[in-house]
Amino acid sequence: MPLTDTQRLLTPKAAPLSDFARLMRRMHIDGPLLGGLLLVSGFGLFILYSAVGESNRLLMNQVVRLSVAFAAMLIVAQMSPDFLRRWTPWGYLAGLLLLVLVLTWGEVGHGARRWLDLGIRFQPSEVMKLAVPMMAAWFLHDRHIPPRLGHLLIIAVMIVVPTVLIAQQPDLGTALLIAASGIIVVVLAGMSFRVMVGMGLLAVPGALLLWNFMKDYQKQRVLTLLDPDSDPLGAGYNIIQSKIAIGSGGLFGKGWTNGSQAHLEFLPERDTDFIFAVLGEEFGLFGVLTILALYMFVIGRGLYIAVQAHDTYSRLLAGSISLTFLVYVFVNTAMVTGLIPVVGVPLPLVSFGGTSMVTLMAGFGILMSIHSHRKLLPH
Amino acid sequence: MGLLSPIKDHHSERRLFIGRVILSSAISIVLLGGVVARLVQLQVVDHELFAEKSQGNRVRIEAVPPIRGLMFDRKGQVIAENLPAYQLELIPEQVDDIEDTLGRLAALDLIERGDIPRFKELSRTGLRFKPVTLKTRLTDEEIANFAVQRPRFPGVDFQPRLVRHYPDGEAVAHAVGYVGALSPGDLQRLDAARYAGTSHTGKTGVESSYESDLHGQAGYRHLVTNARGRQVPGDSSNLLESLPTDQTAGPGSNVYLSIDLDLQRLATRSMEGRRGAVVALDPWSGEILALISAPSFDPNLFAVGMSTGQFSALQDNPDRPLFNRAVRGSYPPGSTIKPMLALAALETGATNLTRKSLCMGYFMLPNTTHRYRDWKPEGHGPVDLHDAIAQSCDVYFYQISGDLGIDAMHDYLDRFGLGRKTGVDVSGEHTGLVPSREWKRASFRERDDQRWYHGETVIASIGQGYMLATPLQLAAAVGAMATRGKRFRPHMVAAVEDALSGERRMTQPERLPDVDISNDFYWDNVINAMHDVMQGPRGTARAVGSGAPYEMAGKSGTAQVVSIAQDAEYDEEQLEERLRDHALFIAFAPLERPRIAVAVIVENGSSGSGVAAPIARAIMDEYLGYGDDASD
Repeated sequence: MPLTDTQRLLTPKAAPLSDFARLMRRMHIDGPLLGGLLLVSGFGLFILYSAVGESNRLLMNQVVRLSVAFAAMLIVAQMSPDFLRRWTPWGYLAGLLLLVLVLTWGEVGHGARRWLDLGIRFQPSEVMKLAVPMMAAWFLHDRHIPPRLGHLLIIAVMIVVPTVLIAQQPDLGTALLIAASGIIVVVLAGMSFRVMVGMGLLAVPGALLLWNFMKDYQKQRVLTLLDPDSDPLGAGYNIIQSKIAIGSGGLFGKGWTNGSQAHLEFLPERDTDFIFAVLGEEFGLFGVLTILALYMFVIGRGLYIAVQAHDTYSRLLAGSISLTFLVYVFVNTAMVTGLIPVVGVPLPLVSFGGTSMVTLMAGFGILMSIHSHRKLLPH
Repeated sequence: MGLLSPIKDHHSERRLFIGRVILSSAISIVLLGGVVARLVQLQVVDHELFAEKSQGNRVRIEAVPPIRGLMFDRKGQVIAENLPAYQLELIPEQVDDIEDTLGRLAALDLIERGDIPRFKELSRTGLRFKPVTLKTRLTDEEIANFAVQRPRFPGVDFQPRLVRHYPDGEAVAHAVGYVGALSPGDLQRLDAARYAGTSHTGKTGVESSYESDLHGQAGYRHLVTNARGRQVPGDSSNLLESLPTDQTAGPGSNVYLSIDLDLQRLATRSMEGRRGAVVALDPWSGEILALISAPSFDPNLFAVGMSTGQFSALQDNPDRPLFNRAVRGSYPPGSTIKPMLALAALETGATNLTRKSLCMGYFMLPNTTHRYRDWKPEGHGPVDLHDAIAQSCDVYFYQISGDLGIDAMHDYLDRFGLGRKTGVDVSGEHTGLVPSREWKRASFRERDDQRWYHGETVIASIGQGYMLATPLQLAAAVGAMATRGKRFRPHMVAAVEDALSGERRMTQPERLPDVDISNDFYWDNVINAMHDVMQGPRGTARAVGSGAPYEMAGKSGTAQVVSIAQDAEYDEEQLEERLRDHALFIAFAPLERPRIAVAVIVENGSSGSGVAAPIARAIMDEYLGYGDDASD
């Protein structure tokens, strides 16, 4: 049985680390995770090149963004989990402050107030994508596991406040994803199934309440999902064209840059939220299963890191980051294939743009930090 | 782990965590499994359905308009053809400021300022990439002018198109009609599939009535288009694969008309500056040899497209050039019906060939004071039936009208085809009117108006009163005189020729019910009297017929536009020109074995024999080969 890196470190004479592995270790890089992420991003660039109409300029744009995101990952990986944990409450409070600021000072675009310009333009909701699960994990770090009901209520407040603020922008998709990342923390922390069932029951009136708060366009998205053909040229158009693109791809697809749905502009938002349909059209079932397998590898590695983590904070945070990534993948692919309403979630690491890409990669940086900063002691 | 943290059982905590991770992973696998199942459903199970939809998305079927059939006259001369012409087009999506561009084009006199709102509307409502036609048939000068300016007009360019062209324009306008741009009304009436891609359709005349033959069969081709319907250029080859086969367009059939273009031109020249109509036909087949209505218009204007100003100028012209007088103009036939009434009177016994009347210049019904005047105030003296026709004596007909009666008049004029549509293959024909007791009962509301009065019979006997006939009806009627009662339906189209196979479908002459007259001797006498109208010693039109190298027959007519007050002297000079009598003339030739029958009407021409007869003579000369400029 081959030795793990950890075992090699413990027994340097018996099985010395290669220079490369040593360098990776020193740079706090997790090789398998980096490899998985690079494969997803690389495949993503291929698809994107086709989706943006074979534009080199836009492709380079994305390459630059990816580079910045990978750099952010490496920077975050250098920070130890203890350091991150200590700064967690301050980061969370700063995030809340920014959310309040964005609601009063933010720039309006596409009918929503999401951007803040403090020297650099950014979306404060991105900060919260990491700050919320970090805060929940921080809170549970010193407390009894599984969490007591009172603690759960405190965490619920920590989750609900930023969620409501973001929903106010309005950005329902992000709000729900942030709420999910917080809930995942408490589920992983061992919240009892009875409480989960109770929350599930509360979800029914909650959903009805939510329906009342939804904007018309959001309601329309839900209704359109139920019957996309009812409005083939309006709200249902995206889903219909996306299903045609994927379905016409068949087993092996129409070939790279040969997708007629994408290249003849039938498929809307083909380089952003609906890029998965381009993949399905040009690479077929073979292509979509490949990218799903790559995603599964990344998530699996993330969960492995979580299981290997040494303290509550690291473990809960690593688990939440990995599973939230899975939620992104699921929501996007399910939405593009017409299983759930269109909620404007990009396909991570593949969709064009991605202000969220930096946050996403920072999250993987935390995973790498957690894995590489473990105290090398046997259990 | 700080010192203040409570005692934690790390092993149980880790076990709990691993359990939750396994649970989460299981849920994740179920969720992603759902997505994978969905992908299999879309890409494997329903793949064919979506592949078909994707194909339907990208392939657009575009209609290829057929080439419209040509028209020829009876000698094979071209009447209607399709000429390539350059037209000015604007592609809305390539023009930044449409208003400014149109304004500058107007400044160059390429379009009219008044049409700018219309073009703006068209640019806004149509597909952004579909050209809007600004001007058809550019002149060489306009092309040259624009070519210099072209860099200043991005999105505006000239393109070659086939445009209907009538080389003889005005001379054939009312005979063949014209094509015009498809209107929303046309699109409702016509089969949309056949007219996809077509811009013009027959609007009047033969162009309209033979539309289904002339138009042809639309073809189609398959284009790869993007979501906005724009064609994908040919170099995107990987998107152009596996297209279904195209269907070429079938050209429209060529139509051979029975009209004689030379006759048509001559008639047009003769009627220059006048209002009226000329119809000439072959009495033995019903083939129309010439049909003109004056004033005329240039049918090319409709094919090319007119500016709003040009169209209203045509429409508001008081001489009504667009009105087809030959088939739609209803005129009192006047004395032209006298030969027919003479036959009726002989056949019914209301008169005989030897009966004489004394014409004093007027006629009075018993016990009344109203004078029915003869056109000749001093009277014709003693006249028999022959003289009454040759000299056009009104009083003779007034006198026999009582014995003949309105119902017999109606009966015989009806047999000659008056008062009913001839059924010619040109649309829009009017019925005319031959009154009868029954007609009057049915047409008036007041009981007093419904009665038929003796006086009305008297004036009906000289073709006045209620009686109305179209020039075409009069030509057909004189044709029936020429054939001694054999009648054929007038028609314009002699043959329809398949443009590809050259196969011709000939129009067979359609026999109509004969005018039955028991005694041939009656025909001889009446026709002889008509002959003497033109070539007898005292005929009303002897000045026109004398010296001709062939024998002919005719009858003049003068139709009152307004009735003239009792005892008022008819003074041409004092009457508005528009109040003058209409001049009519009907004729046929040669006397033996007639080949042509003509009806001429000159509105406000005053004198049938003086104004209308020379035109009829010129047409017969030309057709029979005695014309001044006859080359054959």
